[in-house]
Amino acid sequence: MDWIATLLQGLLLGGVYALFAIGLSLVFGVMRLVNIAHGDMIVLAGFVSFAVVEVLGLGPILSLAIVLPLFFAFGYVLQLAVLNRTLGDDLLPPMIVTFGLAIVIQNGLLQSFAADSRKLSLGEVETASIALGTDIAVGVYPLIIFATAIVTILALQALFYGTKIGREFRATSDDPEAARLMGINTKRVFAVATGVALVVIGIAGVLMAIRTTFDPLSGPVRLLFAFEAVIIGGLGNIWGTLLGGVTLGLAQAIGGAIDPQFQVMAGHLVFLAILIVRPRGFFPKVAH
Amino acid sequence: MSTIETRGLTAHYGDFQALFGLDVTLRSGETTAIIGANGAGKSTFMKAITGLIKTAPDMIHIDGAPAGGRDAHTIISQGIAMVPEGRRLFPSLSVEENLLIGTHAKRSGPWSLDRVYDVFPVLKERRRLSGTSLSGGQQQMVAIGRALLSNPTTLLCDEISLGLAPVVIEELYRTIAELRSEGLSIVIVEQDVARAVRVADQVYCFMEGRVSLSGAAQDIALEDIRNAYFGI
Repeated sequence: MDWIATLLQGLLLGGVYALFAIGLSLVFGVMRLVNIAHGDMIVLAGFVSFAVVEVLGLGPILSLAIVLPLFFAFGYVLQLAVLNRTLGDDLLPPMIVTFGLAIVIQNGLLQSFAADSRKLSLGEVETASIALGTDIAVGVYPLIIFATAIVTILALQALFYGTKIGREFRATSDDPEAARLMGINTKRVFAVATGVALVVIGIAGVLMAIRTTFDPLSGPVRLLFAFEAVIIGGLGNIWGTLLGGVTLGLAQAIGGAIDPQFQVMAGHLVFLAILIVRPRGFFPKVAH
Repeated sequence: MSTIETRGLTAHYGDFQALFGLDVTLRSGETTAIIGANGAGKSTFMKAITGLIKTAPDMIHIDGAPAGGRDAHTIISQGIAMVPEGRRLFPSLSVEENLLIGTHAKRSGPWSLDRVYDVFPVLKERRRLSGTSLSGGQQQMVAIGRALLSNPTTLLCDEISLGLAPVVIEELYRTIAELRSEGLSIVIVEQDVARAVRVADQVYCFMEGRVSLSGAAQDIALEDIRNAYFGI
């Protein structure tokens, strides 16, 4: 029974990592852009939500109504004004620029909010659980996060395969030059894609801020887990990212059950093992 | 209808200069053949026309207005469509989605999805398949249909016969002839000189980034073309 509980815990933890990773996967899948500032953007969303809650007195979930449009606009403008200039055959320029952006976000948050750890509260939902039989209980909030990850992926799939802009995302991702020849404004398409990715990051950031404490320098850890989930699942494949997140979550949960100090290390070791056996992850989208 | 004119058109890939002051006029309603050996600058010329390679504004004129240096999507929205070399269908899109991408230029006109299916019925049967799973000839049909769905006034065709069976090439050129009879301006870049000259009203022969011969197709002897082609 302990093992079933451990596996369930790992599965739900995987939902957290998947939610962290979806935005990263989306940006890479459409633009081949590796966003080093991804983790810091998640933390930034947490802080923006924190500020909204403090100033307007809204609940954290209601703060999404402000955070998400704000993050869409941030992503759109960031891509149009800055990141589009870095795109090309070389992956390095956008990595360097987003690395710089990560430093700017971290220091901006330190200036604005100090180095204190923060956390948002959702009240009893955070500690509520559902009993599965006599020995196993599943936390309601982890379930909400896992369900959010699934719904987010389904929504993105509907966007990609059921809308005109989704068709433009895929065409531009396949061959940006040919897409331009079809009259597609690829710079605008990239800006919308980053806007959408930032919306997902906003969701991840707010849910993270309810689940755990965060501070201005906690972004890189989120980036590391997101990277591992994306790479395990296969770069640019969103369902693969969910699998990557679950794999990472299960590895950490099992590692933690063996020895609590081994929890994080177990995730990293499984990541390295998969990298050796399948260097391009389980379901790579990128052909070359 | 659009007349496209280049005046002293130059183009570079980094330090390498590919075009050296080309003066070319693609007249409205006519078929122009651009021929030349590999590396003569034919595809670079097409890329410059469509905005994939940046040029100075006054190097390209569309209907008399400067159009050089504009983004490709702006040029395409002015009624220029391209069937690129190698077809370049989008692998993650189905046949129908590949075709529909052509409508993103948002131009109205006689071409619709149904009409493309009328011209190429085989595409309707295979509309749910991935575009890149089709045979080479069928992929070329998708590429042509995709370009037509932008309702262009000028259709640029870059090496459309490359790697295709003769019977398929015949069919494609029959379609091109029908499009011409509807008043569409057509530019054909071809390595098959005889075929290109046969369908063209005017011919430009490129060599090493320069125009080595030009004139009305009916006035140019194949011998002259051969000499211009090889720089004899």
